[in-house]
Amino acid sequence: MTTLHTVVATGALKLSWLLLAFPLFGAVVLLLGGRRTNRWGHLLGVAMPVAALVYGLIAFFALLGDTHRSQDQHLYTFIQVGRLTVPMGLQVDQLSISFVLLITGVGSLIHIYSVGYMANDPQRRRFFGYMNLFLAAMLLLVLSDNYLGLYIGWEGVGLASYLLIGFYQYRNTAAVAAKKAFIANRVGDAGLTLAIFLMFSEFGTVTFTGVFGSVGSGGSGVATALGLLLLLGACGKSAQVPLQSWLLDAMEGPTPVSALIHAATMVTAGVYLLVRSNPILALTPTARLAITVVGAVTLLFGAIIGCAKDDIKKALAGSTMSQIGYMTLAAGLGPAGYVFAIAHLLAHGFFKAGLFLGAGSVMHGMNDEVNMRKYGGLARLLPVTYVTFALGYLAIIGIPPFSGFFTKDPIIEAAFDKGGTSGAILGTCAVIGAAITAFYMSRVMLMTWYGKRRWSGEAESGEPHESTEPGAEHAGAPHPHESPATMIWPMILLAVGSVGAGAFLILGQRYEDFLGPVTGFPPTSHGIWSVSGVVTLILVLLAAGLAWVRYGRVPVPAVAPPGRPLTVAARKDLYGDAFNESVLMRPGQWLTRLSVFFDNRGVDGLVNTLAAAVGGTSGRVRKLQTGFVRSYALSMFFGAAVLVALLLVVRL
Amino acid sequence: MSPIHYVTLSVILFVIGGVGVLVRRNAIVVFMCIELMLNACNLAFVAFARLHGNLDGQVIAFFVMVVAAAEVVVGLAILMAIFRARRSASVDDANLLKY
Repeated sequence: MTTLHTVVATGALKLSWLLLAFPLFGAVVLLLGGRRTNRWGHLLGVAMPVAALVYGLIAFFALLGDTHRSQDQHLYTFIQVGRLTVPMGLQVDQLSISFVLLITGVGSLIHIYSVGYMANDPQRRRFFGYMNLFLAAMLLLVLSDNYLGLYIGWEGVGLASYLLIGFYQYRNTAAVAAKKAFIANRVGDAGLTLAIFLMFSEFGTVTFTGVFGSVGSGGSGVATALGLLLLLGACGKSAQVPLQSWLLDAMEGPTPVSALIHAATMVTAGVYLLVRSNPILALTPTARLAITVVGAVTLLFGAIIGCAKDDIKKALAGSTMSQIGYMTLAAGLGPAGYVFAIAHLLAHGFFKAGLFLGAGSVMHGMNDEVNMRKYGGLARLLPVTYVTFALGYLAIIGIPPFSGFFTKDPIIEAAFDKGGTSGAILGTCAVIGAAITAFYMSRVMLMTWYGKRRWSGEAESGEPHESTEPGAEHAGAPHPHESPATMIWPMILLAVGSVGAGAFLILGQRYEDFLGPVTGFPPTSHGIWSVSGVVTLILVLLAAGLAWVRYGRVPVPAVAPPGRPLTVAARKDLYGDAFNESVLMRPGQWLTRLSVFFDNRGVDGLVNTLAAAVGGTSGRVRKLQTGFVRSYALSMFFGAAVLVALLLVVRL
Repeated sequence: MSPIHYVTLSVILFVIGGVGVLVRRNAIVVFMCIELMLNACNLAFVAFARLHGNLDGQVIAFFVMVVAAAEVVVGLAILMAIFRARRSASVDDANLLKY
């Protein structure tokens, strides 16, 4: 394990706080500025991420030219209470700069896209304010040099995610989805909070260098507890089983939000947390095994859900869960997987954002219709969107030479390399997941772009599904059309990333060499082709062929057929919500009812009985106050007599 | 001298006064009975002062007289007020201050 040699920031990196300051400034101006900023708000909202991107690039090249690639910029002392000292500082190293470039790069493109996508939304300024707030929080999350700063960013992105999922506040489903996301995240956050408590109580510090320096002396029990708690936190934020249920509903937000927050950046924060904590995970095989299991289960879980969804955004959301499952699996494999987890994360950021923006572009042209059964034959009408979407598709299913091939195969190989039964099981899961990915993504492709046009006849009924967004073109027959330039160019640039990112990162072990000092170098290196890679590729092609047989060769019914039990289950998110409801919500409700009953009858009952007894007794005793002087005199007489008698007894 | 007679007289007067307070209804009589009890005490004080050969008891007896005089002033004024309001000097008629 390499330890981080962190040095004080110099040169351009001294200004790394600017990265946070730009989007934060944008958010403050847009959210506090009110209607005055409506006219130019979106321009400021775009300028801030771009400025952060420019600074990120400067910092990146400054870092490349420096031998000390982990630089720490101390900003101020955040908390100093007793033994607890939390310095607020920014740590720029290979890992965080990778995220900074992803966040600001993809973030800038999506902001530009949103200018077109949200053009008709009266709340566009608020949207950009929230998006800038998100960027600021996300950058704090990845740049902070201690767990508490990370936690602030972690909660900040949760808040921004909540606000943006519920952006269409007037829609009940959006409000409910926002609450669901917030609450599911809270469960995970509890894990992260406890992990930070544990770090402080065991090591007396929460800085990365401090914790990683002393975690070795804490014993393996502490490391295992920390690893499992951090995994719980990662599960919440990254929508991993068992906290996966919120991500599919989170698609209620505007599509750029789904692309930026719920595909490219925020949901990958869990993977960042795990990779960043690699010195802790290095000490605990138990937690690493748990992480791989969670990853493998989630990658299958998400893929199966993706197969059954007719809502294009939900199909993509299932895919996001599945791909993050791959990253989590890789992060659990130790140094063999960290680099590939992050490489896949970066490539996924490009192609999944591209796919979501493509879906947004289709919705833009289709009256915000999201049901793929009402698409079909759109390839001619939205050519640019079609091509960029297709490139993203080829990237995600892992066709060489697109990026998914380069970043997913090393994860599968690393899983097999783990050895033993667990390695074989994990590797097999990953291969099967890749095949299912090919199936559902081919399904999305075929249903959306090929086949007969299923929308012209359908839309005559005059009730387009989900056309309540403002900015939707007016109800009636959709007239699919290509999107404006502000939306097309970001998609094209992301498509370039989907094509080239994987090869750029993996070929020549470029990214291994870059990230290695932070995460450790993979023990063995593979060629581009391997047995598992070829097998995966064959399965992927077979699955795509199967999808063609099911959805390309025969016409897609406009109304979903009843389907087999597995399809029905997958449509219901594999009963994730039903499970939560029956195992957590119902007993919780019973518990609260029982508590209320106990409170009313038990606690209140005791107090009320006591009060009634005192009241009743005093009501009776009150009758002694007759108002007759002689009775008082008599009681005084007896009192005095008793007093005297007592005095005599005591004296004698 | 033996104090026994004085104390006996004092006790007899005190008991008469006490019984009077408890059994009589007329406020004036009750009042006089209270005075009787006070004077029974005075008698005992003076007797014991004489017995012990110092003046403490006599001084206290004077105090008691002064207090009794003050009490009579206030008490009779209250009695007058009650009598004017209720046309009665019976202590049982003034029984409004109760549950």
